Amino acid sequence: MAETIFAPWDDPNAKPLIRFRNVTKRFGEFTAIDDLTIDIYEREFFALLGPSGCGKTTLMRMLGGFETPTEGQIELAGKDIARVPPNKRSVNMMFQSYALFPHLSIWDNIAFGLRRGRMPKAEIANRVEEMLRLTRLEKFARRKPHQISGGQRQRVALARSLAKAPTLLLLDEPLGALDKKLRQDTQFELMDIQERTGTTFVIVTHDQEEAMTVASRVAVMEDGRIVQVATPDAIYETPNSVYVADFIGDVNIIVGRADPQGDKVHLNWAEGQPKFIGTPASPFEKGQTCHYAIRPEKISISAQKPEGATNTVEGKVLDIAYLGNISTYHVELAGGQVIKAQKANNRRISRRSFTWGDQVWLSWTDTAGILLER
Amino acid sequence: MRRFTWFNTTSLTLGFAFLYLPMIILVIYSFNDSKLVTVWAGFSTRWYGELIQNDAFLDAAWVTIKVAGISSTLATVLGTMAAIVMVRMGRFHGRTLFSGMIYAPLVMPEVITGLSLLLLFIGLGLDRGVFTIILAHTTFSMCYVSVVVSSRLISFDTSLEEAALDLGCSPLQAFRLVTLPIIAPAVISGWLLAFTLSLDDLVIASFTSGPSATTLPMKIWSSVRLGVSPEINALSTLMIAVVTVGVVTASLISKRAAVQQRRDEQAADRAGMA
Repeated sequence: MAETIFAPWDDPNAKPLIRFRNVTKRFGEFTAIDDLTIDIYEREFFALLGPSGCGKTTLMRMLGGFETPTEGQIELAGKDIARVPPNKRSVNMMFQSYALFPHLSIWDNIAFGLRRGRMPKAEIANRVEEMLRLTRLEKFARRKPHQISGGQRQRVALARSLAKAPTLLLLDEPLGALDKKLRQDTQFELMDIQERTGTTFVIVTHDQEEAMTVASRVAVMEDGRIVQVATPDAIYETPNSVYVADFIGDVNIIVGRADPQGDKVHLNWAEGQPKFIGTPASPFEKGQTCHYAIRPEKISISAQKPEGATNTVEGKVLDIAYLGNISTYHVELAGGQVIKAQKANNRRISRRSFTWGDQVWLSWTDTAGILLER
Repeated sequence: MRRFTWFNTTSLTLGFAFLYLPMIILVIYSFNDSKLVTVWAGFSTRWYGELIQNDAFLDAAWVTIKVAGISSTLATVLGTMAAIVMVRMGRFHGRTLFSGMIYAPLVMPEVITGLSLLLLFIGLGLDRGVFTIILAHTTFSMCYVSVVVSSRLISFDTSLEEAALDLGCSPLQAFRLVTLPIIAPAVISGWLLAFTLSLDDLVIASFTSGPSATTLPMKIWSSVRLGVSPEINALSTLMIAVVTVGVVTASLISKRAAVQQRRDEQAADRAGMA
């Protein structure tokens, strides 16, 4: 039984749920969003990722109706909603601070949105009970927000924003206030709830691991623009710029001059050193400056020169960062270039093969390294 | 325990004596049997009895309560509105002027406020009486309300209002259902403050009242000028009692709520960790 892969963004006939068309938002002199165009599809779990001040929150607040764009259009299901107030659009938001009403019980918090419509009382009660079950909060219905723990508060906020069955749910750093362990559990819970309700989720986060875990697609933002939109694996494996490669995970960047050979590019990175071979993200001219990006976990480390590897280079262990499951070796090459290589600690630490000052060989394949223009 | 050194004890005693000795003497003498205020002639509650018979005092008390109740309510509505404008509307044109003008009555000498209001009422041809005192008290007490309410609004998480809008409230509903219940303690203490200010105001009331309306402070003042009577002591003791009961109750309620909230939060965090 072949399962169809969820990828409406590759289907030319798919109609996007949300369309940003040349949206610009200025606050006085400051441009928060700069001529941004993007499509988000139904049932997607879309992550907006970027450092603080990149405009991801502004983008989300425009979807929620708390900011109006200076220029451009925002369409939701084919209708321009750029100037529709928040209470008139079927979009709900889960706030970073959760924004639970302190004077109302958990039950009343969840029922709050439902009571604003013309829903009969019995139906409201049913819906609230359903939401309490979904978020496993049945026991806490009569408590006030300050009488439950942080993780439970987070679930109340989620239940409240899902209660009205919005076409689009916005999540503003939803897990920012939770500790790491709870955050990981909650990520899977979020994905599960998203799948079960079939709601389109747009999440804002600065945590790349979180974005990679939950999202169907990730948009990496910088200075009010989207630098790259792709699935988590595509963002990680084939970043389109040094900025994206550096923002997502750990990466070695080696600057040099390009020497195209067939569909591969050889990188001339230091005098008298073997060239590195990699796969280009875009065509390169001979002699053009380029950035060679290689992930530390894709580099193997050995005592002898490995046979048959495409890229090999010798260096000296400068530093070792022991992280428990893996160790990161900082290896200095001739000419002072330092490369990070990771090795899984599948043996006890006392049996470690390399130590400070050892001469080692690094090797990797020609598809592991990516050549980027900028 | 080094808390009760002789220095601490002395300064505490002196401080309390300074604050409360006059009031204690007043309370003691209100139970004096003698007609002469300064001569002790045994315990008695006769002046309280005579006070209840005194229609002039009772009328004045009724006027005072009416004025304080209405003016503090009006001041609370206006002061809360002013606080919202100042905290929420951002940097609109003329904001500094507006906030300056709101807070000016705080530092304005009462005599000047009273005089200018008197001139205004004469200019407008308003008959001076209960109505004009209410207007005057509203004017000077609304700035106190707006100070109290705006200090609460500054620490108010605006995302609560945004959440209300997001869940389908109109801006007015969001205020009524979310903002107002949360800032209610500040609004109530603003009202209490305005009420007490109006209750003990003498200067502004003297300027703006007419022959038909006399407030209790005015009545006390005018009778004291003819000599301090033990009846006044009894009346003042009653006022002290009312104010004390009010203040103590209010502070006990808010303290217990705070303690309860802290205990709940700690319990919730422990439960969440387990």
